Amino acid sequence: MTDNLTKDVPSPPAGEGAVPAQATDAPATDAPATGAVPAATGAVPAATAEAGGATRGRPAGGGDELVRVTDLTKLFPVRRGTLVRRGAGAVRAVDGVGFAIDRGTTLGLVGESGSGKSTTGRLISRLLEPTSGSVVFDGRDISHLSTRELRPLRRDIQMIFQDPYSSLNPRHTIGAIVAAPLRIQKQVPRGGVRNRVRELLELVGLNPEHYNRYPNEFSGGQRQRIGIARALATRPKLIIADEPVSALDVSIRAQIINLLDGLRTDFGLTYLFIAHDLSMVRHLSDRVAVMYLGQIIELADRTDLFEGALHPYTHALLSAVPIPDPTSHRRRERIRLRDEVPSPLDPPPACRFHPRCWKAQELCRTEAPPLLERTPGHQVACHFPEKRDVV
Amino acid sequence: MTGPAPTGTPFLQVRDLTVSFRTDDGVVHAVDKLSFSVERGRTLGIVGESGSGKSVTSLAIMGLHRRGRRVGIDGEIRLDGEDLVTAAAERVRGLRGRRMAMIFQDPLSSMHPQFTVGEQIVEAYRVHNRVSRATARRRATELLELVGIPEPARRLDDYPHQFSGGMRQRAMIAMAVSCNPELLIADEPTTALDVTVQAQILDLMRELQKEFNSAIIIITHDLGVVAEISDDILVMYAGQAMEHGPVEEVFAHAEHPYTWGLLQSITRLDRQLETTLRTIPGSPPSLINVPPGCPFHPRCTYRELAGPAASTVRPPLTETSPGHRVACHLPVEQRRRLLREEVTPTL
Ligand SMILES: Nc1ncnc2c1ncn2[C@@H]1O[C@H](COP(=O)(O)OP(=O)(O)OP(=O)(O)O)[C@@H](O)[C@H]1O
Ligand SMILES: Nc1ncnc2c1ncn2[C@@H]1O[C@H](COP(=O)(O)OP(=O)(O)O)[C@@H](O)[C@H]1O
Ligand code: SF4
Ligand code: SF4
Ligand SMILES: [Mg+2]
Ligand SMILES: [Mg+2]
Repeated sequence: MTDNLTKDVPSPPAGEGAVPAQATDAPATDAPATGAVPAATGAVPAATAEAGGATRGRPAGGGDELVRVTDLTKLFPVRRGTLVRRGAGAVRAVDGVGFAIDRGTTLGLVGESGSGKSTTGRLISRLLEPTSGSVVFDGRDISHLSTRELRPLRRDIQMIFQDPYSSLNPRHTIGAIVAAPLRIQKQVPRGGVRNRVRELLELVGLNPEHYNRYPNEFSGGQRQRIGIARALATRPKLIIADEPVSALDVSIRAQIINLLDGLRTDFGLTYLFIAHDLSMVRHLSDRVAVMYLGQIIELADRTDLFEGALHPYTHALLSAVPIPDPTSHRRRERIRLRDEVPSPLDPPPACRFHPRCWKAQELCRTEAPPLLERTPGHQVACHFPEKRDVV
Repeated sequence: MTGPAPTGTPFLQVRDLTVSFRTDDGVVHAVDKLSFSVERGRTLGIVGESGSGKSVTSLAIMGLHRRGRRVGIDGEIRLDGEDLVTAAAERVRGLRGRRMAMIFQDPLSSMHPQFTVGEQIVEAYRVHNRVSRATARRRATELLELVGIPEPARRLDDYPHQFSGGMRQRAMIAMAVSCNPELLIADEPTTALDVTVQAQILDLMRELQKEFNSAIIIITHDLGVVAEISDDILVMYAGQAMEHGPVEEVFAHAEHPYTWGLLQSITRLDRQLETTLRTIPGSPPSLINVPPGCPFHPRCTYRELAGPAASTVRPPLTETSPGHRVACHLPVEQRRRLLREEVTPTL
């Protein structure tokens, strides 16, 4: 029965054999030594840069970590394509990413399409195997576990996807879908599977009597609730939610966000929340990481990020969010990025953002800015970080 | 955008537009007695959740519904005084692409995959302009340049799939404005795009409007986009208009409980953080079984205040201040008090 359930349960990595597995001790990154880093400008004290001492992919942590990723890298070799491109023949989907998520907190992951958010999520849930770097979950390095070794881990890490339509098998009843992770894990909850599923349905605001119905009988919001019930079935510790509300209507979004928020409090869940809606990320996250072309360019507590962003790209993102107040655009400063995100096959050298950055200097074109801690807990990868009022 | 103040007959006038589809499951009342108008140089934003009839409305204006037994269209759609509902299909086709044009949400599905972007713009242009291929190609290059595509002469020979989402949307806009249409309808033109690219596209539409003085209808479910680009806003629910008026007035003094619900349930960067979001209970109805009376009543917090009429009598769209119209049974004074005392403090 397991093979019928492929749609009900995120499957283990397919074709991972093709991916060159590397030793856990990751190769050195191209981050320059701390000595080469210029002093920060303006508003940001340079002293803390040294005090923090964090280099790219190596975040400063504290608290009770559930997840820590270090120098995480995923390259997708380009198979077809006759064009000979400069540099490696691989998409650098995730390139030296590092952060930690404390237990019971939510890390929001934002960035433009193709910046590597979903790939990061899939690496942490080990639907993908990292090319290099490591994922430590609950104290254990899971970077290169085999499919068999991963099985018990799937209980602890669950995913919620964007599209409530395609992520549920249309031929299975709601009961079977929600129970699938339990079956696969061979977990029999006290009171039996059926009771547990009813509880779960109730928990996410669905009628437990709908146990025998099929997904097509439910609206988008209800299907997303089914996806959430399924993710909760095994009592996971970490939930990776990849654009969980993007496909939903405005009035339904708030319902689902409240549900996710409540579940976190009730069950002490930890979330990696991937979304491109920055105001939604602000609402739900404790910390926020901004990605650009496979790298984290800024990482900070929610308030620091939304009120004191230091990276020009973060400024551009925030400035582009439309504000539902017709009088606001008259007083708001507008930052418009030129062009679009360059290809991750051949990312620009040094600071990857420099071709679109209005502040770019010679240094930006020759040296990659490392991700440095500028104030406690606030890391930014820019040679010239400064605050700017953009909302 | 601020265009000229409305004078005389509006450039586009839609009156009591009704569109229904006969399906195996029953009749879909997709648009029901919808009325609005748009002047040259001005932008109307239509907001509503999925299935509220936004796309059906725009396709009706463009004459793109297949006429026949299964589709029923009633009411008036007047473009510069001429009624398009009763006009011959031939006539409407002639206006399309010349006086009015449309931009779709997903340019990939509305562009032909086997022709280059350039060929498609050239074709679109030559339908209405008797010019040589070479001239049309020159025009196509200008258009790609106008919409901000770098190296336009070279990109002309690319196929749509070689363009990014944002570039495809620009190319689509280039095609739509190739004949300087007086009416441009953009159906969720930025929904599939990143915020950064969305901002570029909205700027572009604004600039083009300034240049061509066109009337624009932008359809979206994002209240932020409406606030940013529109002069007027029309809030639709279940194929009907709930509220309509100048954006500044409606955002500052919304009077319909559904509009309140939308404004309350969104997260926004320009506000303090809230602990829990306010929600609208339930979900939008099927347009085969539209609730009787006020279509929003099953989800409305205030339906009791309106008495039994809420579920039996359809509230007419009534003007409550100049240009501001609302379809709700509650007395104006009561709505304004609710807005002041209960709604505004939560926004
Ligand atoms: N299986 C794959 N093979 C090749 N390239 C891939 C694969 N999966 C992702 N990529 C590429 O890796 C990069 C990052 O993709 P990813 O899906 O992580 O982006 P994202 O940030 O989630 O974007 P979105 O906002 O569009 O969901 C992109 O350039 C993408 O095309
Ligand atoms: N050709 C059609 N036949 C039957 N029903 C249709 C057709 N086109 C649209 N509808 C229905 O009309 C309603 C309004 O649709 P639409 O205008 O596309 O909504 P939206 O506001 O999301 O653009 C929906 O219930 C939709 O399913
Ligand atoms: S390092 Fe230079 S180019 Fe990069 S973001 Fe900072 S200022 Fe811009
Ligand atoms: S008419 Fe009644 S049910 Fe409809 S919006 Fe007004 S108060 Fe609510
Ligand atoms: Mg993604
Ligand atoms: Mg639509």
